[in-house]
Amino acid sequence: MARLHEYQGKALLAQHKIAVPRGREAATPEEARSIAAEIGAPVMVKMQAWVTGRACLGGIKKAATPDQAAEAAEGMLGRRVKNFSVDWVLVEEQIKIEREFYAGVIVDDASQSPVMIFSSVGGTGIEQIAVEHPDKVARATVDVVRGLQDYQARDLARRAGIKGKLLNKLAGTLVRLWATARDTEARAAEINPLVLTADGVLMAADCRITVDDYAVFRHKELGIEIAREMDRPPTELERVAYAVEANDYRGTFFFLQLQEDFQRGDKVVGFHGAGGGGSMMSMDAVLRRGYKLANFVDTSGNPPASKVYRAARIILSQPGLDGYFGSGSGVASQEQFHSARGLVKAFLEEPLTVPAVIRLGGNAEDQAVEILERVNGMIPAPVEGYRKDDSPDFCAERLDALIQAEGQPAPAKPAPEPAGRRRPGAERPYSFDTVTGGSVTLDHARCAECNNRVCVEQCARGILSLDEQGLPVLNISREEAKRGRCVECLACDVECYFHGNRGGYVELPIPGLEEYREKAGRSRIGGW
Amino acid sequence: MVDRAEFPHQPIPQFPLYQRCETMSILIDETKRVIVQGITGREGMVRAELMKNYGTNVVGGVTPGKGGQDVIGVPVFDTVQEAWEQLGPIDVSVLFIPAPLVRSAAMEAIEAGVELLVIVPDRVPIYDVLRIAALARERGARFVGPNTLGVLSPDKAVLGMMGGRAATARQWFFQGPVGITSRSGGITSSMAYYLAQEGIGATTLVHVGGDAVVGLPHPDVVKLYEQDPDTKAVVMFGEIGTSQEERVAELIAGGEFTKPLIAFIGGKAAKSGTRFSHAGAIVEGNRGTHAGKVDALTEAGAYMVESFGDLPHRTKEVLQDLGIM
Repeated sequence: MARLHEYQGKALLAQHKIAVPRGREAATPEEARSIAAEIGAPVMVKMQAWVTGRACLGGIKKAATPDQAAEAAEGMLGRRVKNFSVDWVLVEEQIKIEREFYAGVIVDDASQSPVMIFSSVGGTGIEQIAVEHPDKVARATVDVVRGLQDYQARDLARRAGIKGKLLNKLAGTLVRLWATARDTEARAAEINPLVLTADGVLMAADCRITVDDYAVFRHKELGIEIAREMDRPPTELERVAYAVEANDYRGTFFFLQLQEDFQRGDKVVGFHGAGGGGSMMSMDAVLRRGYKLANFVDTSGNPPASKVYRAARIILSQPGLDGYFGSGSGVASQEQFHSARGLVKAFLEEPLTVPAVIRLGGNAEDQAVEILERVNGMIPAPVEGYRKDDSPDFCAERLDALIQAEGQPAPAKPAPEPAGRRRPGAERPYSFDTVTGGSVTLDHARCAECNNRVCVEQCARGILSLDEQGLPVLNISREEAKRGRCVECLACDVECYFHGNRGGYVELPIPGLEEYREKAGRSRIGGW
Repeated sequence: MVDRAEFPHQPIPQFPLYQRCETMSILIDETKRVIVQGITGREGMVRAELMKNYGTNVVGGVTPGKGGQDVIGVPVFDTVQEAWEQLGPIDVSVLFIPAPLVRSAAMEAIEAGVELLVIVPDRVPIYDVLRIAALARERGARFVGPNTLGVLSPDKAVLGMMGGRAATARQWFFQGPVGITSRSGGITSSMAYYLAQEGIGATTLVHVGGDAVVGLPHPDVVKLYEQDPDTKAVVMFGEIGTSQEERVAELIAGGEFTKPLIAFIGGKAAKSGTRFSHAGAIVEGNRGTHAGKVDALTEAGAYMVESFGDLPHRTKEVLQDLGIM
């Protein structure tokens, strides 16, 4: 879930006419000083970090003067809190608190509805209050179409023990909180504490809003970089992977780095799963054999071969891997040769220098394993493919055995990195673009001498035909191909490489990957 | 309700289906009339054909702006309403539609009168799912998903992507006494396949969908299995997060689900504490955790296995003890 910082949440609440303390976020001590001067009264300086109990970490400080505010900001900015560096502090007026409440909206799976929760006691330890004083906490399901009505809000406050004028005031705030949650498509939106000030104003003293990852695409205004809750900022490689996913809606590609700074011999393997449930069991199998996982990857939901290729390239861009383990549920509904082709292309281009074991169980698994194992002898490391009747544990055992057999590379004289398959030069190129910014090139000079029309026969969407000269060309327009009729099945690349005259090549750029690899000390990525 | 007799031009299934079916199933069989929304798309076209090949009674498809075409031998319409008017009553719609457009397409189908939807795509915004759920409740419709591989009744019909090619799906799955329900798509087919290796067939396979809010969660599926006389036991794959498995435990404890349940909960090794708010803790209490789910189901009397690989064997034992196998 995409979390917002307190200052971002408060800005959204303010837009929805919920009172918040006067103030703003600051990125430098200087800014903090000038904000405090503007406010012209004692302020609070609050570290913006996704942790509970900021006060105990010295992340919430009172400042009587602008200089003190700058000093407090200085002490917080740039600190590392739970893997994140603190980039912002919130400087806001101090408020006199008369009474504290809790108000929150959450999407509840059981009722398939948003649920509004109000507690007449708020502040820290709200979960405990809910357990110990159930009479102080009331909840109501909200009709997602009609929204929270003011009378429902009044009754919610009443049930939590609120009486008198305050009832109407609170109800108004609850309705506005609902509107905030609805407009930002929040999985959860909480004000804790919601305070009544000495001046009789209801104010959001702190808040936490978590936006639905799947709705982030229609909330550009929130400025969320990666729509995913993580316990640290995204790594550079994760940003590269996220851009691949964002640029290709077909199937899922999820990439998460679990280890960094490891070397050959540290027993760290790249993991390539397919499907959440199967991936979890497959990861367990690798861990049981004493290996660590460099990353978690899931390519599922019938991704095209090109997406699997890009995922494999990204996995193999992590330096220091001892092996590559691919395994999904074992009985995949999707035709597994698409994944096999994506892997083969990546393994050839790298080239793969560590053993790979891939469990490709499911539809067309025999064909998939056959495609995969063709690379043996053409790349420096062995590749084994397995089927649905081979358990994840057996496959992990095979990977272990292959890694043991490889032995450790002698660190004294590192072997020169072997060259992988590169984009061939084309004498008579016939090219067209693909939906993800890639391009297909068929070298008609080579095609003319090819007696095997595997590119036409294996093309997943049948968009290639032979022209009068017997050369493969599109039977649809280039525009149609680019709009997605060419699904990047990679048959005209991989099948041609093994069975044809090696005239076909599909270039699939991965923006940012080459720069990353240069920095990480790996060779250029293949293809050109 | 429109009477099917009003549509005499519609082909009525020629062969006596009731003789072919040896067992009952939930949600889907070969008599149900199915349309595919998004039938002209990359995924929709391929899957519609695979569904048809397996035996699903696919009667048409809908893609706005592409009405009048013919895809995989069935007519394409611009709207679901038009499909209904031309084809007669439609029982099921399977959606292969980009996530941002799912809400509109699903509501269109429900308003046209379709009573069961299978929403395949993932990344459907959660408030869109809530809107679909609200309309479904109002109209008495149901939906499986989003983010589902679908539903399959062995040798009868499939909705969605489960099983892939018809020939392999026929090899993998056969009819038998267990109902399967799973939170993971790949695991749904895997469970059925590995159970089949032990000689255990299924009445139906349901992938409830991988998202936080789904239309037909585990508790709703097991209630359907409770009513199905041919389902003698249920095999469930649960996962951390949501309250689905705990609610199944409540159904068992409350006597609303009385058949044997064999279950595995995935995600033990996953990092706990994915709780994202106080509100979550207040609403759900201890729900959602691996331990919480295992304890609740164990206490209710479900047969829990610790390793996924033990599921087929344990299921066989339970069926043998009951004299079913």
